[in-house]
Amino acid sequence: MTSTTAPVRTKSKVFTGKLALGILGVLLLLALSLFTGVYDIFGKDDGAQMFTITRIPRTIALVLAGAAMAMSGLVMQLLTQNRFVEPTTTGTTEWAGLGLLTMLVLFPSASLLAKMGVSIIFAFIGTMVFFLFLQRVSLKASLTVPIVGIMLGSVIGAFSTFFALSTDKLQSLGIWMAGSFTSVIRGQYEVLWIVALVAVAIYIVADRFTVAGLGEEIATNVGLNYRRVMLLGTALIAIATGVVTVVIGNLPFLGLIVPNIVSLIRGDDLRSNLPWVCLLGVAITTVCDLIGRTIIMPFEVPVSLILGVLGAIVFIFLLLRQRKVG
Amino acid sequence: MTSPARSAHHPGRSSGPLPSAKVRKRYWITLGILGALAVLFAFGLLAWDNPMPVGSTGFWVIAKLRASNILTMVVVAACQSIATVAFQTVTNNRIITPSIMGFEALYRVVQTGAVFFLGVAGITFFTGVSQFILQVAIMVGLSVALYGWLLSGKLGNIQIMLLVGIIIGTGLGSISTFMQRLLTPSEFDVLTARLFGSMANADMSYMPVAIPLVVIAGGYLVLASKKMNILALGKETTINLGINHRREVMKTLFFVSILMAVTTALVGPLTFLGFLVATLAYQLADTYDHRYIYPMSFLIGFVVLAGAYFIMKNLFYAQGVVGIIIEAVGGITFLIFILRKGRL
Repeated sequence: MTSTTAPVRTKSKVFTGKLALGILGVLLLLALSLFTGVYDIFGKDDGAQMFTITRIPRTIALVLAGAAMAMSGLVMQLLTQNRFVEPTTTGTTEWAGLGLLTMLVLFPSASLLAKMGVSIIFAFIGTMVFFLFLQRVSLKASLTVPIVGIMLGSVIGAFSTFFALSTDKLQSLGIWMAGSFTSVIRGQYEVLWIVALVAVAIYIVADRFTVAGLGEEIATNVGLNYRRVMLLGTALIAIATGVVTVVIGNLPFLGLIVPNIVSLIRGDDLRSNLPWVCLLGVAITTVCDLIGRTIIMPFEVPVSLILGVLGAIVFIFLLLRQRKVG
Repeated sequence: MTSPARSAHHPGRSSGPLPSAKVRKRYWITLGILGALAVLFAFGLLAWDNPMPVGSTGFWVIAKLRASNILTMVVVAACQSIATVAFQTVTNNRIITPSIMGFEALYRVVQTGAVFFLGVAGITFFTGVSQFILQVAIMVGLSVALYGWLLSGKLGNIQIMLLVGIIIGTGLGSISTFMQRLLTPSEFDVLTARLFGSMANADMSYMPVAIPLVVIAGGYLVLASKKMNILALGKETTINLGINHRREVMKTLFFVSILMAVTTALVGPLTFLGFLVATLAYQLADTYDHRYIYPMSFLIGFVVLAGAYFIMKNLFYAQGVVGIIIEAVGGITFLIFILRKGRL
């Protein structure tokens, strides 16, 4: 499917005044996140220590995870030429979870990095399966794609559930998989910086992804190695999803909502949209995390719950809008 | 009610549902084999491993206990097979099952919520005929509201309806997951038993409510076979042939939601059973005609359920995981089917 919005001639200037304002807004949100919490960091003696142990890591994790999932969604939507695709609706997240579970069962004492590696491999396989399927199957309607993806995801989810049940890991898997920034502390989240590298890579290859988004024939015609770009895109998505799933958990719908909102407003130029997608991803994640932290203080509601409910509402809104456009 | 178009079906004609003698023979032989298997497994479940001599009073007492299990299987097989076949027809999509439309998510939220707010006693709170009726009513009510909202007007679109249903399910799933995090492990174990489809979940006291519902809803869908054959041709063709497409789709979806609500409230979620059964039925029956597909899919459903129980019970002594095994097999079938099929 091609985009439903009218083609907008965007200037390829990336840094504009508006972007500066956007960055400022997100920075304010992040500052708010730094100073939100039960612990009084100004009144207590070890306040500064607590600040560096939990608040700063948590805020950095919000930035990295939010930006990563939003960008994964964007790249996926380009490569599949479908507006409703993202790691949640292709089963990628479930595959990453299955990888994590495999490690929890077989090598419970393995390091976080090893668990992540396996998760990434699984996520890669899963995303490839989905893309292969898309290439083999001529889909009549763009809306069938997410339906198939969700069905695929529930097959994988059923397997995970079965393994988890037979090894008595069901509840702990549920807790692992539910996206939450509660347990992010210094020394446990640094791996997330890998995601920053993914972001840089996406930015460098942005134009190629845009061309790949025109379809295999056109992309090959203008001299693009389509298969290589697809593989690269899949690998980047898998790395981002795998890392975020293991460290944070499942962040449903983030990759779907953000790119859609950005392209509604700005059109479809990947390179100048990328910073906006990152910013909006960070903003939404931070806002949801703040809501989760303050709504039942001193306890927390995981981000995934808020994203799941809010995301579902936004997704339905987008679908109904699509209905009017046709 | 418009009377369905008379389909001119003469046996021996090459354009009928079972075009040649060879196909016809194969269909009836397959059906016969399935019927024999169904009887065999049913009898096996009743009599196998029964410590009492056949025919004695004790034998019948034990057999009666087991018969309730078989009755449950019949009800579940009927619900899942008829609902899935009809659902795939009206949505014009052979790779979905009605259970992804949020029925299961709703069931999970209700069950999890009961344990979450009322502790282990919550499960017992949600058993009983009135609660069963309430659960079915909630599911049917919500799905009818959803269809009514999304299929009405000029913009009615089945694909969007499907996606919205699935998304609502995902949102509800987030809520269940959150509540499950906060349960103690023992509460969680009690809940787990309810969250997986299992014949043991069925309570015989529900049957007086469940069976009439299944007979009415399933009966309508089976009797409307000829209309379903036309609906399978797609929206434009249906309207051209003078049938009110939207009304028929709404009616079908209404009865499908009753069937799905009954089976989910009775034994819990079984996501891929319906898909497995419908897919196998189309493969084995080699026809598009619902009059032949329905009986085939029902028998396959029963044989799969009864066979799986019989084998797991007497070979592996693991009755508890039957539901999950069926899910896994159905899931693998789904994957193979998806990768082999050239288009949707």
